[in-house]
Amino acid sequence: MSKHVVFPLKDLPPGNRKVVNIGGRPIVIFNINGEFFALLDRCPHQGGQLSCGQLTGLVEASEPGKYCYSRPGEILRCPWHGWEFDVRTGKSWCDPSRIRTKSYNVAVEPGSKLVEGPYIAEVFQVTVEEDYVVVEA
Amino acid sequence: MSVASVGGIDCDVHPALSALKGLLPYLDEHWRDAVIQRGVHELNSIAYPDHAPITARADFRSSGRRPGSDLDLLRAQALDHFGSRAAICNCLYGVQLLFSEDMAAAFTRALNTWIAREWLDREPRLRASIIVPLQSPERAVDEIEHWAADQRFVQVFMPAMADQPYGRRMYWPIYSAAERHGLPIGIHAGSSYRHPVTAGVGWPSYYTEDYAAQAVGFQSQLTSLVCEGVFSKFPKLRVVLLESGYSWLPAHLWRLTKYWRGLRMEIPWVDRSPTEIVRSNVRLTLQPIDAPGADELLKTIDHIGTDGLLLFSTDYPHWQFDGDEVLPAGLGADLVRKITVDNPLETYLRIRETLAW
Repeated sequence: MSKHVVFPLKDLPPGNRKVVNIGGRPIVIFNINGEFFALLDRCPHQGGQLSCGQLTGLVEASEPGKYCYSRPGEILRCPWHGWEFDVRTGKSWCDPSRIRTKSYNVAVEPGSKLVEGPYIAEVFQVTVEEDYVVVEA
Repeated sequence: MSVASVGGIDCDVHPALSALKGLLPYLDEHWRDAVIQRGVHELNSIAYPDHAPITARADFRSSGRRPGSDLDLLRAQALDHFGSRAAICNCLYGVQLLFSEDMAAAFTRALNTWIAREWLDREPRLRASIIVPLQSPERAVDEIEHWAADQRFVQVFMPAMADQPYGRRMYWPIYSAAERHGLPIGIHAGSSYRHPVTAGVGWPSYYTEDYAAQAVGFQSQLTSLVCEGVFSKFPKLRVVLLESGYSWLPAHLWRLTKYWRGLRMEIPWVDRSPTEIVRSNVRLTLQPIDAPGADELLKTIDHIGTDGLLLFSTDYPHWQFDGDEVLPAGLGADLVRKITVDNPLETYLRIRETLAW
């Protein structure tokens, strides 16, 4: 695992997502209200592109008919069969212990820190005045 | 091996009322009079036409008598012949097909009383299901409460198809009462013919279609019970599918579980896989074995993932097997014991507690 500088922070405003390729792996990065999450862009079920899926909240029920809604925007549904994944952990909702997609650590680092190394910069020049999104993959 | 040597529990026999007049002593004055004044017909459902071969095996018929109506014959042909220590009576007289809830309440009470007086009181090996007036869930609960203290009543009886899918909340008072009293819900092949039995394609032309379609009806009811959350709301409730067949179950569970994975958020109270729910809360009786032989039965059990769901039954006097072949040859002794003794006792606690061994 190594740290990759993938794009300047300004390229991913809140409410958006971006797919990058690190070492041949497609990785989707979400900005949810200023928090960043990164998942392998491949559903563990049959390989669908999770980056094309809808973000939704978590629906639970203490008993039939009593809906409990929480965590708005933190559940990703695969566009192929609708399986739910927790963006924070990559775990599926229907079988969390056995089915999950890979999740990656992602952070925002200032340019001044990045010029020190040992980050791997993807295709662009790092300047000290900007912040960058960094994925460990 | 001969099942008679094991001494199991027969979870589905059908004592039959010879004629409606047999119920008259158990109806109140008003209904006795109404039956006569109005010329109420026999309540024989087309689910088992008199002359259909399946309605009674040739050697279970005796001339002039309705098959299953003679206690001595039931003793000899079902209990003694298969060495069963107990048998559960599921009376199929068509009282649940009535539209009037008042009439259904009166007739189900009379029928259950007839079962208690003329069968349970006379043969200690017999147990019975409580026939309830589904026309009114409230009165169905009354009927359950009326009989619950009698430990010989071990189950609540519902036909495979009625007015609404059985998972609907309108039926929940029945499940609540049943769970409270430790009574499984027994859902038996047959319909009250409110809707075509062929699951939405329309009314069939032939009895063959009707009987084959029962399996589809059972699938739909099972799906409704699971998806509406009956087992989430009533986790201790057991449901037994009676005379439902079994070979369709694995494929149906694969399908239902597959779709639950993607649609879970619509039914969030289904918090574990439908396959797991069925394994823990649902059972099925043995006859008819709707698979060609022992190999296919074993594969089916393997596909379900547990041998704990099958409950021994003869389905007497219905014609589901010939001679003594109630179990296919080639099942091991352990599995035979599970099916004939362990699984039924695990499902019907009232039998476990009251059976003299």
